[in-house]
Amino acid sequence: WVTFGGVNMSGGTRLENANPVIFQRSGERLLTATDEDEDVHDPIDDREIFDILSINDPEHPLSLEELNVVEQVRVKVSDAESTVGIEFTPTIPHCSMATLIGLSIKVKLLRSLPDRFKIDVHITPGTHASEEAVNKQLADKERVAAALENSSLLEVVNQCLSTRSI
Amino acid sequence: MAADSALLLSLVEEYVSGLQDSKAKDTAKGVKDGQFTVLQLVEALGLSLTSSQPHTRARGVQLLSEVLQECYGGLTEREVEVLIAFYENRLKDHYVITPPVLQGLRALTKCTVLPPGSAVSMLRSLFQDVHVQPSYRNCVFLFDSSTELKGLGADFVFGFVQSMDGERDPRNLLLAFQVAKNIIHRGYDLGKFTEELFEVTSCYFPINFTPPPNDPHSITREELVQMLRDVLAGTPQFAEFLLPLIIEKLDSDVLSAKLDSLQTLTACVSQYEHKDLAEFLEGLWVSLRREVFQTSSEKIESAGLAALTALTSCLSRSVLNSDSEDSLCTFLDLVLKDCRHHLCEPDLKLVWPSAKLLQAACSASSRASHIITSAVMPSLIEQYNSKTEVNVRLMMGVLKACTIKSTQPKDFNLSSVFLAFRPSLCSMVFSALTETNASLQITATSVLTSLAQQTGLLLDSDIELAVDHLTRLLLTEEDNRVSLAVVECVGALAELHPAAFIAKLIPRLKKEIEASEQQSLQAVRQRCMSALAAMSTQPGVVQESTPVLLEVLSSAHTGSVGFSVEEVVAACHSLQRIAEQVQDTEETGRCFHDVIIPRLLSLALQAALQGEGSSGCRSPLLEEVVLSAMVPVISTSCSRLQPTLAGQTALKAVSLFLDGDVSFLPDNSFPSHIGLLKQQGDSWSQSQMVCLLMGCVCSLPRSVEVPQMDQLLSQLEEMSCTCSHPLSYTSAAKCFAGLVNKRAQGQLVLIQSTMKRVCSELDSASSSLRIQAFTHMIWVAKALLLRYHPLFTALTDKLFSLLDDADLGPMAADGFSLLMSDSPDVLNRGCHADVRIMYRQRFFSENSAKLVQGFNAAPQEKKPNYLKALSNIVNKLPKQVQVTELPALLSLLLEALSCPDRGVQLSTLSCLEPVLVDPPPALIQQLEALVGRLLPLTSSPSMNVRIASLRCIHAVSLFPVHEVLPFRARVLRALARPLDDKKRLVRIEAVQARAEWFLLGSPGGR
Repeated sequence: WVTFGGVNMSGGTRLENANPVIFQRSGERLLTATDEDEDVHDPIDDREIFDILSINDPEHPLSLEELNVVEQVRVKVSDAESTVGIEFTPTIPHCSMATLIGLSIKVKLLRSLPDRFKIDVHITPGTHASEEAVNKQLADKERVAAALENSSLLEVVNQCLSTRSI
Repeated sequence: MAADSALLLSLVEEYVSGLQDSKAKDTAKGVKDGQFTVLQLVEALGLSLTSSQPHTRARGVQLLSEVLQECYGGLTEREVEVLIAFYENRLKDHYVITPPVLQGLRALTKCTVLPPGSAVSMLRSLFQDVHVQPSYRNCVFLFDSSTELKGLGADFVFGFVQSMDGERDPRNLLLAFQVAKNIIHRGYDLGKFTEELFEVTSCYFPINFTPPPNDPHSITREELVQMLRDVLAGTPQFAEFLLPLIIEKLDSDVLSAKLDSLQTLTACVSQYEHKDLAEFLEGLWVSLRREVFQTSSEKIESAGLAALTALTSCLSRSVLNSDSEDSLCTFLDLVLKDCRHHLCEPDLKLVWPSAKLLQAACSASSRASHIITSAVMPSLIEQYNSKTEVNVRLMMGVLKACTIKSTQPKDFNLSSVFLAFRPSLCSMVFSALTETNASLQITATSVLTSLAQQTGLLLDSDIELAVDHLTRLLLTEEDNRVSLAVVECVGALAELHPAAFIAKLIPRLKKEIEASEQQSLQAVRQRCMSALAAMSTQPGVVQESTPVLLEVLSSAHTGSVGFSVEEVVAACHSLQRIAEQVQDTEETGRCFHDVIIPRLLSLALQAALQGEGSSGCRSPLLEEVVLSAMVPVISTSCSRLQPTLAGQTALKAVSLFLDGDVSFLPDNSFPSHIGLLKQQGDSWSQSQMVCLLMGCVCSLPRSVEVPQMDQLLSQLEEMSCTCSHPLSYTSAAKCFAGLVNKRAQGQLVLIQSTMKRVCSELDSASSSLRIQAFTHMIWVAKALLLRYHPLFTALTDKLFSLLDDADLGPMAADGFSLLMSDSPDVLNRGCHADVRIMYRQRFFSENSAKLVQGFNAAPQEKKPNYLKALSNIVNKLPKQVQVTELPALLSLLLEALSCPDRGVQLSTLSCLEPVLVDPPPALIQQLEALVGRLLPLTSSPSMNVRIASLRCIHAVSLFPVHEVLPFRARVLRALARPLDDKKRLVRIEAVQARAEWFLLGSPGGR
């Protein structure tokens, strides 16, 4: 995990992007009558994955959605085929946190989705300088597993995934 | 005399050496009776006070202090002076003596003859000599008792500052903050120590405190935060120190610090004037802007906006001198400078945050609203032409905020600002109403409402145009949210401009309701009916709108227009809503009591007499849902409109039901031999009308007499106990209960015979009327329970015994739910029933033991009934009571979780959930049993059980880490399955619970 070497995990560094563009939150998903109906099967859909991913961005104490790192249009899920594809867009093209964001998304989905799903997390094409390297790391099962063995890395990921108490 | 002094000496001896505490009382009595004086007591104490043992000296002082506590009233000024000098001197002694000394001083401060200067000197000694940390615990009492300390002024403040410096104990801090608050609020002269007092308290800001688990003092962070906030925000003298501190703390990365700072800012500016704020305005604005522009959480954002509103209203409040500049203008200039240009930027980066800031400032005061509106409006109107959707929405949002404020006409009316923009505003709103975007339309309706509320702003032609637009939307708009907003807007506008609605909208809706026969237009008709209800607040409108609704019922009955049952029900709901919201005037009272109720009764009776009918098509008015929807129309009118007229209605209704008197009904072509309460074979169509009687007689104010009560009760009882039609016998039982509940104590003897009848019916196992008897009993029981009638216990015992009954057991268990919950149509406060407060708690505390006993004694197959009864009771208790009572019932509740009945599972889970937030030790001991029972419920066939059990499992993850960590692997495994649940709502809960359990014991987690 070369990318993580350069990152100061203490959080004391100056932020790289102190004034991000903020997008309007999409609001709560509205309940429909079928949601309450015992007999209807609700397939896992894009919005559901998108809501699961409203997690913290390590650089900004904002949810990924507000920063537009993850947009609903870039979530592709097929319940029938058990696949999920996520494209995320780092806030600026050279953001060194891209791998960490990707890893957090991946871990969150691993914890939240049934085993049968194949999870693919990658950077929106053309939005990051070292796109390919990051995508490769995220796609490599063993490297992801190894990264999560690293307790300081796991710590940062867990912090991202903690629901804020305030 | 000699005998007295010997007695005194022996008392002292027995107290000091003999350690007999009771002797203090005897000594005090002696002093009070004049047997000996306080000075004599001091002399007698001589030996103990000079002992070389500090504990003996302490005991001596304690005796004196206790005596003084009893009889400080009889002391002379001179004696007090001597005693104070003595005590002050004792403060320099060994520390074990300090507590009794303080006790004594405390007693002395209560003296009315406190010599001048003594309070001051006492405090000096306290500050000087008491080195045990919480010395100001004792200041509190001195403080409360003396006004003289004010003179001590700065010295006192300084002493206090010194004494609290470095304090860490939260209990002491709470007290210290209390004292500081008093110092400030009682207007002590802080003098040159203002900054010191600020420093010594503000060093704790923002409070960072987590109470230890099982804290016996139960001091919470919130208490400390609030108390410190009261101190810091208490005086404008702190402004020059506090404001820079707040600006600094807002820079913090800790969210709670930011939040606390913003809330403190909101609190403090309420005390400040513009000159206190002047030099910090720019700094504060920069910080607030940053918090909203780069919002980190919604809480922070709304706290920031609230602070901006508070700040602006502080500036608006200030009185201006001729030479001071208008700081409100200066400040708003800053706000406008930073926000206005964002509104016009095409990339929309900060549009929303800017709009929110402007709205917040706008809502502070009329003047602020005036300044901002006139600055922003022209550019917004210009923007509208660009037709970017977001801009339009935004502008509407800003408008909304501006107009809402100005609807509170206090100082001056804002309409003048809007007047200049009226034509463009109207055209904007109307064109927004024609857009296809739903949220834009919704905002436009609310802007329209606020514009209409500006007196004299809109012209009659504008209102007419508005009515046209609203009509069009009502008839064509499919989106539910929009229709709701439109209906609401119709309601608000009709209240202000009834004439336009009577003239235009009502005839149009009437036509629409009667014309649109196709099924597809059902939704339109329902919208029309709810619009009719919404606009009916003014008596004039009610006169026009209710006939339209009554016509729906009547044509549904005759079949001239094909209304579905749902539409008939909707018409009844609309009538009910009108009865609930209309002004209670003679005119509307007549409308309901003289027209609507007779008409309803008449239609129902026609339908009943027609029965199944020969033609085979039965009137919708025979349906249970329709009758049940008519009941609240009648009961609401009888309970809240014109008691005198309601009494007349009751009289007519009773004579209709008892004597078959149909003279007051319209369309009178009824046969003469009607007996609605008499059994006529199986003609349920007539007997079920008793529910309408219930709606009428059970909802009258208690001042209104019900005629022919005894005869009515006996016929109702007869019907309730013998009828075979469920709606009929249940309604009769409810009606009986509703009357019994309000009956005077002395007139309740008939209950005895009722009980005898019911019990004998219940005791004969072969009877075919047991269900009727049970229904009658449970409703009477409820009527008596609500008013704490002593006969209730007999019924409770019967109910408990029925839990073991083979047939009625489950029904009896459900009966507890009926007893504990509010029924919507009868025996509630709206119906003026006699409902004592806390009757549920009382029932619970009187019966929970019986229930546990019964459970233990019951045979295995009957136990579920008891569990169900228990969970029915506990579920309806207020959460506070649940949390305190549940530990005792814990094992029973855990048992209930494994009961196969899903209703029991669900209500038990909902009882457990709040308890799990703050788990009692007893629960932690049973963790294995709890987790073991919760996990299987996550695959229950009922989705509500699955959801509730997952929530409980989520709550368990927040227990102390070392207790739950052993379960982590097992829970994570078990939660994998609900992640793939077929219901989304279940999966959402599973995802959240599992995420928490993952964080448990993991680095960076918990």
